[in-house]
Amino acid sequence: MKSLLLWSLAMGLMWSNVSAQQRHIPLDQLQSGLAFSSPEVRGLQLDDDFASPSAHAIDKGAQLWKQVTGSNNKSCASCHGEANDSMKGAATRYPAIDKATGKLFNLEDRIRNCRSKQQKASNWPLESDELLAITLHVTGASKGMPILVSIDGPAKKHFEAGQKLYMARQGQMNLSCTQCHDQHYGQRLYNDKLSQGHPNGYPIFRLDWQYMASLERRLRFCYASVKAEVPPWGHQDMRNLNLYLMWRAQGLPIEVPAVRK
Amino acid sequence: MNALPDPDDLFSRRTFLNSCAQASVAASGLWLGADALAQVDKLTLSGLAESRLRTFEEMVKPFVVNQALTQGGISLTLPSLADNGHLVPLHLKVDSPMTEASHVSHIYLVSQRNPVPLMSLFVLGPWNGRAEINTRVRLSGTQMVVALARFSDGTFRYQTQEVAVTEAACVDNGT
Amino acid sequence: MSSARLQLPPRIVEGDVFKLRLLVNHPMDSGFLRDIDGVLIKRNVIRQLSCTLNNQEVFRAEPTTGIAANPLFEFYLRAVKSGELYFRWVDDKANIGEMRHPLVVQLANSSSSPKP
Repeated sequence: MKSLLLWSLAMGLMWSNVSAQQRHIPLDQLQSGLAFSSPEVRGLQLDDDFASPSAHAIDKGAQLWKQVTGSNNKSCASCHGEANDSMKGAATRYPAIDKATGKLFNLEDRIRNCRSKQQKASNWPLESDELLAITLHVTGASKGMPILVSIDGPAKKHFEAGQKLYMARQGQMNLSCTQCHDQHYGQRLYNDKLSQGHPNGYPIFRLDWQYMASLERRLRFCYASVKAEVPPWGHQDMRNLNLYLMWRAQGLPIEVPAVRK
Repeated sequence: MNALPDPDDLFSRRTFLNSCAQASVAASGLWLGADALAQVDKLTLSGLAESRLRTFEEMVKPFVVNQALTQGGISLTLPSLADNGHLVPLHLKVDSPMTEASHVSHIYLVSQRNPVPLMSLFVLGPWNGRAEINTRVRLSGTQMVVALARFSDGTFRYQTQEVAVTEAACVDNGT
Repeated sequence: MSSARLQLPPRIVEGDVFKLRLLVNHPMDSGFLRDIDGVLIKRNVIRQLSCTLNNQEVFRAEPTTGIAANPLFEFYLRAVKSGELYFRWVDDKANIGEMRHPLVVQLANSSSSPKP
């Protein structure tokens, strides 16, 4: 009986370790969504900086970075100087735990937090043009840098929750993320070629929406597409899933400004 | 996937989409029931009151009226397959010396299937030096695009190109 | 309210036929799509865009819903003399967008060409 208990304990530990580290797509087989996009979409992202569909968000982001605001009369630049220097690598590390509150912040949450706590300015709502633009500006500093998020310590439980969401079937269509994005990437669902579902291009310009979009918006759309209940903006599940996705995409370079269909 | 349907066929987008859906379902190994396919159908056709292909005459008559119309002298380039109809690059150049005596005065970009047939009008003159335009259009499904150039003498020239569009603009796929 | 980006060649010499690239920030809402909450987004597209140089209109576009969001217009001009390019566009909601940009046209025998 004791040996049976020990045996089950050992098996349990082994399995939990495996599931924590299990990568359905090995690191050397990771492919950005760009690899699954049409030549036109690739061209829009890579060929021409001037006419990038994100052009205006880029200009706006640079302008907002320098805008003095709030009762503290500071701009982002007042404390952080040039984003290209101070924000280098930031986008590769988020979502991350905020030391002050212990919460898991995605990049947008971090920016909003700074705006209310440090600048004491009125906050930009999630998915607002301003927040998209400034997030794009901050992400720009990490262009080409490999994703590397921490899933240790206080982040661990968020990672595990995110993984659980990723693996679970949901919605009326009863599909899980892993079914499409691990098992069937490269194949077609209706007219769409399935990608591996990586978050390395966000905030993205999505042709279908003809607009800049955050990862949160994209994930909510995924939920809607499988006819699952869409979580409200700012929901913890979206941040947990975001963390899992970033872990899963470890090593993929940040693409900015990215275009997808 | 398989051969694209001939855009000249007037068989409906509905049939095309159904066969696409079924083929891709088969290819992907995922089984999606009739309900899901019907949903796609409904979503892709909603928002368009009339989804039919215009005839060439219907496309050009409003602009050409009774003037002389000949094909050629225009290079019109769009991708032959557009994955997404929301942003399709279009380039065109009309042969013309662009002098006071002989120049292109107007260019019309006309769509065979979009809810609004005229995609854009451009007004030019000898001051342009070249009758060459680059822009990005929206295409609501597989169709023919017509570029029509009006010359200073009142005559018209045209050129056409077929574009296969996998995901139509103007059609709501929901969120 | 929208803004635009303009790209011109770095050096324009009298007599050149040069390319202008204009990218206008505008959603060009067709009126056929819905937002994430299912609400129909009303039609609002740029109806008219003009480029005026030294008081003369030198380019005009009259787009409809058939032109993509954040429209790109590339066209050509013959370089005659320096002046100011003035772009103006109006949309369905009667919002007006404007942009001015100097046009520097160097003379054919300018100092920047190699000395004999």
